[in-house]
Amino acid sequence: MGLLSKKDAKLITDPLADNNPITIQVLGICSALAITAELKASLVMGIAVLFVLSVGNVVISLMRNIIPSKIRIIVQLIVVAALVIIVDQVLKAFAFELSKTLSVFIGLIITNCIIMGRFEAFALANKPWQSFLDGIGNALGYAVILIIVGFFRELLGSGTLFGIPVLGDPIEMTGVYALGYENNGFMLMPPMALIIVGLIIWVQRSRNKDLIED
Amino acid sequence: MGLKSNLHNLKEKYKGTKMAPAFNAIHTFLYLPNETTHNGTHIKAADDLKRTMNIVIMAMIPCLIFGMFNAGYQHYSAIDALAGVAREVSLFGNFLTWDNFVIGAWKVLPLVIVSYGVGLLVEFIFAVIKGHEVEEGYLVTGMLVPLIVPIDIPLWMLSVAVIFGVVIGKEVFGGTGMNILNPALTIRAFLFFAYPTWMSGDKVWVHGADPRVQDLAAGATPDALSGETILGSLAQNNTGMLDSAGDVWNAFFGFIPGSVGETSTLLIILGGLFLVFSKVGSWRIMLSSVLGAIVMGLIFNGIADSGFISETSKFYGLMSTDFWMHLLIGGFAFGTVYMATDPVTASQTNKGKIVYGFLIGILSIMIRVFNPAYPEGVMLAILLMNVFAPTIDHYVVQGNVKRRMKRLKVKTA
Repeated sequence: MGLLSKKDAKLITDPLADNNPITIQVLGICSALAITAELKASLVMGIAVLFVLSVGNVVISLMRNIIPSKIRIIVQLIVVAALVIIVDQVLKAFAFELSKTLSVFIGLIITNCIIMGRFEAFALANKPWQSFLDGIGNALGYAVILIIVGFFRELLGSGTLFGIPVLGDPIEMTGVYALGYENNGFMLMPPMALIIVGLIIWVQRSRNKDLIED
Repeated sequence: MGLKSNLHNLKEKYKGTKMAPAFNAIHTFLYLPNETTHNGTHIKAADDLKRTMNIVIMAMIPCLIFGMFNAGYQHYSAIDALAGVAREVSLFGNFLTWDNFVIGAWKVLPLVIVSYGVGLLVEFIFAVIKGHEVEEGYLVTGMLVPLIVPIDIPLWMLSVAVIFGVVIGKEVFGGTGMNILNPALTIRAFLFFAYPTWMSGDKVWVHGADPRVQDLAAGATPDALSGETILGSLAQNNTGMLDSAGDVWNAFFGFIPGSVGETSTLLIILGGLFLVFSKVGSWRIMLSSVLGAIVMGLIFNGIADSGFISETSKFYGLMSTDFWMHLLIGGFAFGTVYMATDPVTASQTNKGKIVYGFLIGILSIMIRVFNPAYPEGVMLAILLMNVFAPTIDHYVVQGNVKRRMKRLKVKTA
């Protein structure tokens, strides 16, 4: 980490584990439940949030001294809405099928608490470079959880990863399906995503006892 | 000498180590421990958790044995139907036969063994990791599970569901006595949503009816050997299965396809009476739940009779079913007697129990009628009310507090 000072590096590594936006701050749960049935959608959602949060943090940080605090929420909303529209249009232009799968959830990034939370808690009080790193770190922390959840849901729910069958063909009865294995339909429903997020939280807190609240 | 002293020695040997809870549990389950207290007076009651659990298991044994005979009976009766021979049930002639029992035991005992084996393994692992004693909560769950699944459910699915139910339904909340949801119903709900093709439809209720396990070389068409539950066929507006009085009696005695142990309403009533008289099960919950189902059934009958909905409506089949028939078919009776009364997940206050049971009855019938995709409404109704039980208790307690405050004011004024 010669590139970053120790303090700057922590901005990226902290949200990945001990201050993860989903498992510790419990923000952004809604989209984490809705779109993680497929790994591809999880990945794209992670990238979209990465773009919106890092760029948005920089923009807000640059304007932090000129935004009147009374209307800061509206200013933040305009910034994040503009960025989300860019993401939405890019997806519609270059990955139409995927944008249909993600449907309203790209638009709902605007209301993702992680983004408003970082604007309020960090970008308004820090310099652009640190804000950029903070945005990258938090978005990666969000994406990591999305990808873990998406991995298990797609593997156990559909037997595929990124749409490629990895467990054999359920109709031809090859691979593990020949042994009588069947896909778990419950995995494709949002409640199971909540349970998987819960299990991740369980594992994380039993490894690091400092994270346990009373 | 013998097993008891061996167990005692093992227990002493492992005292204070991680494995201690495991040996403790086996020892105290099989025998009265040797230790006695040395000071003070101690009241010793026989009805500890293990004995309470055993009473519930005893109440379920008739259902289990009946389920074995019925599994065989349904299997052979489906084969007869295939050959064009209609069967008339006769208790000693073709029901309580050795052939039926062999088929039933062959299919049901593995379910029991897997349910207990996997569930207790999870319990032991958690007890050893957490360093507390093994809790007895799984004894009843382990017996309930094989009774509420279809006969041909693959054993690996059952294992996955049992692990899920015990870990997510119980252990994450802190183990026996802390769980919000009934673990056995959590297991069934998991199976229902995860593997719906094995939990509903007309291919799973009779052993050998599924084309995947059927010997196609024998010349039978895959569809021929099937049996639909009465509830399932009513949900599809097909009322033909309840034409004669004999059909109704069959539904009461339980000679119908269904989950392993829930078909015989008669034996469930007997088990329920046993639970009520041994003061293990709450009569308030059972009674109010039946009342709730009757009220809701009567309302639906009224709607159907008034011609408010057409006979082609998808709700008509179950809505026009006589209200008392709802009590006989499906898992309503079983759920009411053995699962709604679970003391951990039900309401604790007496008034609360009545409200809790009544709402279970109403919701069961409502889910049955309005969602033909989930004909087994009682499962979802009990799980839903499990979640609301603490809220009901809260309002009962608050109401009591308010009433007494008022009385206090009247006295002091």
